Amino acid sequence: MYPELGQLALILALLLAVLLSVVPLAGALTGRDSLQAFARPLASGMFVFTGLAFAILTHAFLVDDFSVAYVANNSNSLLPWYYKFSAVWGGHEGSLLLWILMLAGWTLAVAVFSRKLPPVMVSQVLSVLGMIAVGFFLFIIVTSNPFDRLLPNIPADGQDLNPLLQDIGLIIHPPMLYMGYVGFSVAFAFAIAALINGRLDAAWARWSRPWTTVAWSFLTIGIALGSWWAYYELGWGGWWFWDPVENASLLPWLSGTALIHSLAVTEKRGVFKSWTVLLAIVTFALSLLGTFLVRSGVLTSVHAFASDPERGSFLLMLLGITVVASLALYAFRAPVVHVRSRYGSLSREIFLLLNNVLLVSATALVALGTLYPLVLDYLDMGKLSIGEPFFNATFSPLAVAAGLLLGAGIFSRWKKTDGGWLARKLLWPLALSILITAAVMIGYGGFAPWAFAGIFASVWVTVATFWDLWDKSASRQGRLYGLKRQTRSYWGMVLGHLGVAMVMAGATVVSNYGIERDVRMVPGDSAMVGDYEIVFRDIGQRRGANFTAEYGSFDVFLDGEKVSELHPEKRNYTVGMSMMTEADIDAGLFRDVFVAIGERISDEAWAIRLQYKPLIRWLWLGSLVMAIGGFLAISDKRYRIRLRKEEKVEAHSAQAGGKPAEAAS
Amino acid sequence: MHPIRKKRLTIVLFLVVGIAIAVGLTTYALRQNINLFYDPTEIAAGNAPVDVRIRAGGMVEEGSVKRDTDSLNVQFRVTDYSASVPVQYEGILPDLFAEGQGVVAMGRLNAEGMFVADQVLAKHDENYMPPEVAESLERAERKKADAEKAAQSASY
Repeated sequence: MYPELGQLALILALLLAVLLSVVPLAGALTGRDSLQAFARPLASGMFVFTGLAFAILTHAFLVDDFSVAYVANNSNSLLPWYYKFSAVWGGHEGSLLLWILMLAGWTLAVAVFSRKLPPVMVSQVLSVLGMIAVGFFLFIIVTSNPFDRLLPNIPADGQDLNPLLQDIGLIIHPPMLYMGYVGFSVAFAFAIAALINGRLDAAWARWSRPWTTVAWSFLTIGIALGSWWAYYELGWGGWWFWDPVENASLLPWLSGTALIHSLAVTEKRGVFKSWTVLLAIVTFALSLLGTFLVRSGVLTSVHAFASDPERGSFLLMLLGITVVASLALYAFRAPVVHVRSRYGSLSREIFLLLNNVLLVSATALVALGTLYPLVLDYLDMGKLSIGEPFFNATFSPLAVAAGLLLGAGIFSRWKKTDGGWLARKLLWPLALSILITAAVMIGYGGFAPWAFAGIFASVWVTVATFWDLWDKSASRQGRLYGLKRQTRSYWGMVLGHLGVAMVMAGATVVSNYGIERDVRMVPGDSAMVGDYEIVFRDIGQRRGANFTAEYGSFDVFLDGEKVSELHPEKRNYTVGMSMMTEADIDAGLFRDVFVAIGERISDEAWAIRLQYKPLIRWLWLGSLVMAIGGFLAISDKRYRIRLRKEEKVEAHSAQAGGKPAEAAS
Repeated sequence: MHPIRKKRLTIVLFLVVGIAIAVGLTTYALRQNINLFYDPTEIAAGNAPVDVRIRAGGMVEEGSVKRDTDSLNVQFRVTDYSASVPVQYEGILPDLFAEGQGVVAMGRLNAEGMFVADQVLAKHDENYMPPEVAESLERAERKKADAEKAAQSASY
């Protein structure tokens, strides 16, 4: 009974989405307020019914309703309740439902938090979001219905959730990632609305900025969680494989990063408008591309649940329509916009332009490396793969260049910066950074050109950020007062940049100074990894809720002193009969010690992987710091004070008996 | 020159130089890092280059996995049921590696015809077969069927 209600809720949500995509837009184009007034109720309704469908599917999982095919394929009665809950998005259909729930949620959020925007703008933005929703509701209802039943032969038990997905990282990774992916649809909708209106101005940039920043922050967390999960759960200690599915999430992140910087320029200086709009379109298109790559079965990976060609072509069609329609609109409307503002050839605008050039190049590179083999394969021109070295060799120089520019760009001024002044300004931070980099390299013992470049870029960004903070916080009323006076969006920027520096430091150090050893060990043996001595004590059996495991015990010693005890496992999940390596990690701020059990070599001996991973945590901590920076930036007073001012104006005009003033500023 | 034009020219020059560098680096890196896929039949026929990093894949032949007991060396044969290639690997094999399962290995073919792998991949799902492997198996099967037909018609 319930699943049919879920199906019905999805269909109702689709109908509301259809109305939402047409009615308010028609109202905005014909100037009828009565039609525009439907925008918010329709958005709320769409969210309510999508939420209902999601709740019903969740219920089916929690009560083990194996008559629902999707539940039977992705759950099992032995599964702990929290994994039953996360199994809701453990497969294709459910994860798509989550995608749509997010979209409905973002749409609702726009409806709720946009009271101060001109109604015409709100109607158009919500209508565009409605159009995207229509596409995805159709997709899920036509090709991927999560409520399909297995009647009359109801299986006695489910086939279990893929053991790889039975993990805390996987409970939160997809929602975070989707929040980001789908969040860019808001930036996209704002861009499209602005194009329809022909109103690409600073106000438009200010409205779409917080939305873009939030989406970007979520995406940052989502990617970091994925990397963290791959590190400890895939079992072999890598943190980024340049796997196509990883790249699929990195693509919108890179262009999204370019977008938030270009939006800043558009808001502050009113330039780069057409470029910003284009970036917003591209970023959302890349989010869709990511969804297509991951969900269509074009790529085979842990993410490709099923390869159903119908789904792939449907998604490709959605992507095609979105890209073609929005670029056509762009082609017709963008040239209307004229740039009046001037800026010098050495100015903050130029630094941010270069930042955009680098980020877009990086996006293009990653896209090339990811799509090239797929396209060749599709054209039947041979099977090939592009390995990690390609990405490392091309991406690293861009990352380092972006870091170097960032450090210099922090000191630059809007409009015009004096070259001589900037050079003098950079001298001391530069000297300090070189000193620190040298010290760090001596500390890790060993010089390598790329290690130097990466660490220097990271140190340089850090030093420049703090130097600038020191300069800006100078105040007659004391340093503390000066620090307090800084806006939240400035602090957001500081954290964002420090986060980038941390990620760069982590990536460089762990790639250059990390140690990996595969050794043969018999209980009682010991082996060295870096300065750490690992002693293999014994190995035995252990039973879990839905698995049995070989359970190893290892002691970790540093300079003869016991640091920790690790218990890696080799699990055998009984239902699906699948093997899983569960590594155990002694995590630390400055280094991880990692032990994983490989296969049994003889009765006594085992293959053991030992790793020493310096600064690896900085990758994820840095991402977290970046995301916190993003959230801090959108809590800036700037966005709220303006609201309050406008509220007053509105209240005032309402008292005067007039029509509420449009909050256009 | 007019200052605006001058500025535009600088920007354009920057872009052109940047793009040129990017394209150059990319093509160079691409050339170094494209790994072509070969199936056992092609390798056995001598069509695969020696000492170039390639990918090879197929099914792990039943009963072919030989592990050293005192090191991490392992040898096995990869087959598409019409030809097979010996593979040598030192290290830990993935969880889903097993006889009769599909694998893809990265490595180089040495002069003795042994494929020295530096990476062995078996995918996350036990039902999963690498698409290249699936295709090459299909090809081999077709060939076998053709050969049988030919043999039959010859004997008559």
